[in-house]
Amino acid sequence: MSKSTLKMLAAFGYEVPTIDRGYAGQTLYVNVGSGTITAKPVTEDMKTKFIGGRGFDLWLLWHGVKDGTKWNDPENEVVISSGPCGGTTQYPGSGKSIAAAISPLTDVVIDSNAGGHFGPYLKFAGWDAIEVQGKAERDVVVYINGPGGQVQLWEVPEDCPTDTHVLGHWLLEQFADDEQDKQQLAFVTAGTGSEHTLMGCLNFSLYDRKRQDLRYKQAGRGGIGTVFRHKKIKALVVKGFPVKGNLNHPADLERIVRVGADMQREVATWDPVQNRMRSRGTSYLVQIMDDYDLLPVMNYKFGSHPETPKINGDIWEARYTQGLPDGCWYGCTVACAHAVDNWKVRTGPYKGSCVIVDGPEYETIAGVGSNCGIFEPWAILEMNFYCDTYGIDTISFGTGMAFAMECYEAGILDPEKTCGLELNFGNAEAALEVLHQMGRGEGFGLIFGLGIRKMKTYFIEHFGADPQFVNDIGMEAKGLEYSEYLTKESLAQQGGYGLTNKGPQHDEAWLIFMDQVNNELPTFEDKAEALHYFPMWRTWFGLCGFCKLPWNDVVDPKNKLSSEPQKIMHHVENYRQIFIGVTGQEITYDDIITQSERVYNLQRVFNIRLGHGLRDHDAIPYRSAGPVIEEEYHSREERYDQQLREWLNLDPAAMTVAEKMAAHRQYREDRYEGLIDAVYKRRGWTNNGVPTPEKLQALGIDYPEVVEVVKRHL
Amino acid sequence: MITINKRQQVTWYAGMTVQALLDALKYSYPHIIVTINGDLVKHDAYEQTTVPDEADVRVIHLIAGG
Repeated sequence: MSKSTLKMLAAFGYEVPTIDRGYAGQTLYVNVGSGTITAKPVTEDMKTKFIGGRGFDLWLLWHGVKDGTKWNDPENEVVISSGPCGGTTQYPGSGKSIAAAISPLTDVVIDSNAGGHFGPYLKFAGWDAIEVQGKAERDVVVYINGPGGQVQLWEVPEDCPTDTHVLGHWLLEQFADDEQDKQQLAFVTAGTGSEHTLMGCLNFSLYDRKRQDLRYKQAGRGGIGTVFRHKKIKALVVKGFPVKGNLNHPADLERIVRVGADMQREVATWDPVQNRMRSRGTSYLVQIMDDYDLLPVMNYKFGSHPETPKINGDIWEARYTQGLPDGCWYGCTVACAHAVDNWKVRTGPYKGSCVIVDGPEYETIAGVGSNCGIFEPWAILEMNFYCDTYGIDTISFGTGMAFAMECYEAGILDPEKTCGLELNFGNAEAALEVLHQMGRGEGFGLIFGLGIRKMKTYFIEHFGADPQFVNDIGMEAKGLEYSEYLTKESLAQQGGYGLTNKGPQHDEAWLIFMDQVNNELPTFEDKAEALHYFPMWRTWFGLCGFCKLPWNDVVDPKNKLSSEPQKIMHHVENYRQIFIGVTGQEITYDDIITQSERVYNLQRVFNIRLGHGLRDHDAIPYRSAGPVIEEEYHSREERYDQQLREWLNLDPAAMTVAEKMAAHRQYREDRYEGLIDAVYKRRGWTNNGVPTPEKLQALGIDYPEVVEVVKRHL
Repeated sequence: MITINKRQQVTWYAGMTVQALLDALKYSYPHIIVTINGDLVKHDAYEQTTVPDEADVRVIHLIAGG
């Protein structure tokens, strides 16, 4: 294959700027429809108010779209940015990319982060963000050549592959001049599943020098891959510069080295005796979640299962290739990005191929595994591989499949409606066939690929499903499928999922243990405070280019003696120091929260601008709050009966199961409304969930076009 | 009877150790702080430390992130 098979549509020459304290000082705009390629300056106001990463994504997207823009309108954008600290090699987990777009699942803004090399390479090639707009007539590749100072838009031939693991090798052949050059390349791709479903993900590559092959990390949530393929983008390709420790040209490299060395020692000392991320990654969570009745089993009906040991961390530790430096960015000693090498594919179009499976990580194991009643590692690996290469979010697929399986067992679906598939819980072969149908764009896979919210409507309209039942058990909010934690006994985490901007993804807040196990958040006000602090703290990772995992997945035990051990303030201090070291900007702990609040509130207003984002849109399915069916009640009958006695002063012995469930429902739904009131108040929003003009002014984001949006709802 | 985290009641028995209590509760997460009537129990003393009847036991899990 040679580059001559590509047809250049547009080119843009630029002088690569010197990175200054973490910023390139410009963003890249590419319209794949018109061929327009331009540079936009990064203003001081952008840096001060929105920092980078998700903040830059939102700011660029806000100006790129109109009030009525839908996900499949040409003016919708895919925006990707790392952040000022992205590309730091001295501190673990400092190479994240954050992608954003208007989501086909939620019709509001989605943000999703991934590891891999793209974001830092993009910055070091001269761009703090890339903003892709328009819709191409035929498939294209956007190529950012840092060393060459060129951005090019190429039309690719019709035989260019689409599925990520094949496309990646094709891109290497096209754009790598030699073996050494492969390390300088990073890609963003999707897959055939992204073309046929609304739950498409983006794959972010990294070239693994030890394996001499490509690896991928996923920005999975919200269907950004679908937007990507709708624009007929095959890939974003960046060629960066050889990675060194000072490419950010930080203000105080010595400070970064010192703080980084302390953290690296902490990881080396404590990870082997704590979560063992370096050998098991996030799979360690599977057994723990089961032990605490928090592992989603059979569409979140249950929280544990006797077969969980078949898919727990020990199993994956034995399957992952050990002894390789599995960081997804240089210098990350947490190194949780494990892989299973030489997996011989058993089904589908790549049957018989030997491939690398990136993962599986906890969310995938729980999503396509326990939540679907599947406890077979081979099936989890197979679905992990195909979801990735087809460009499908494993979480939406897993949670969606769990919903479809319960609908099948409830009689809403039958083989006639599923193209002959018996979608009982545990049927891995049937689940895989749906996945292949999504890749091919046919059969039940087309209905399934719409996501749970649209499946519910379809099942009601076409299959006569009971609306209340499917709405109760369909685990989505705002249109996004839930990630993989059971929340029935944690009101705070019900809010952690429901009171989010993008939908139920746990990267905003994860409070189950503080609330359900520790009982540290007994009042609405306690929960509201946690639902203010933790979402804002976690938002900050995505502004700067940091990964959340080194914050709390390995911790020096001295933290136990601190005044606020849940916040792990000595790690917060590390991040503050790295931020100061890179940018030269002195900030306090309060400044960190304020920086996030600006972006968080802008995103809330953005959602309102798009016709959502109000109280009604923060509703959650009842299964996330309590038992929907008698089978669920019976599984925890002792606990539920005791709660009736303690909470409501009722005598369960004198009640039918239906009466007991109704009493629980009334109580739990009232509590959720009480939580909403408290959280909105703490966040400075009206009782309808609208940020007030005063709040926007206090945050310094009272731009006229922003204030205009909220005024319509006051 | 002892109380766990100001909420859960657990039947006490003579000789109950902290480790036995954690095992019974399936508290397997490694980052925890255990106090008995306000006194910190060190991690390496879980096997030896016994829990008195009517104790106020706190088991704080230091996990704020999945």
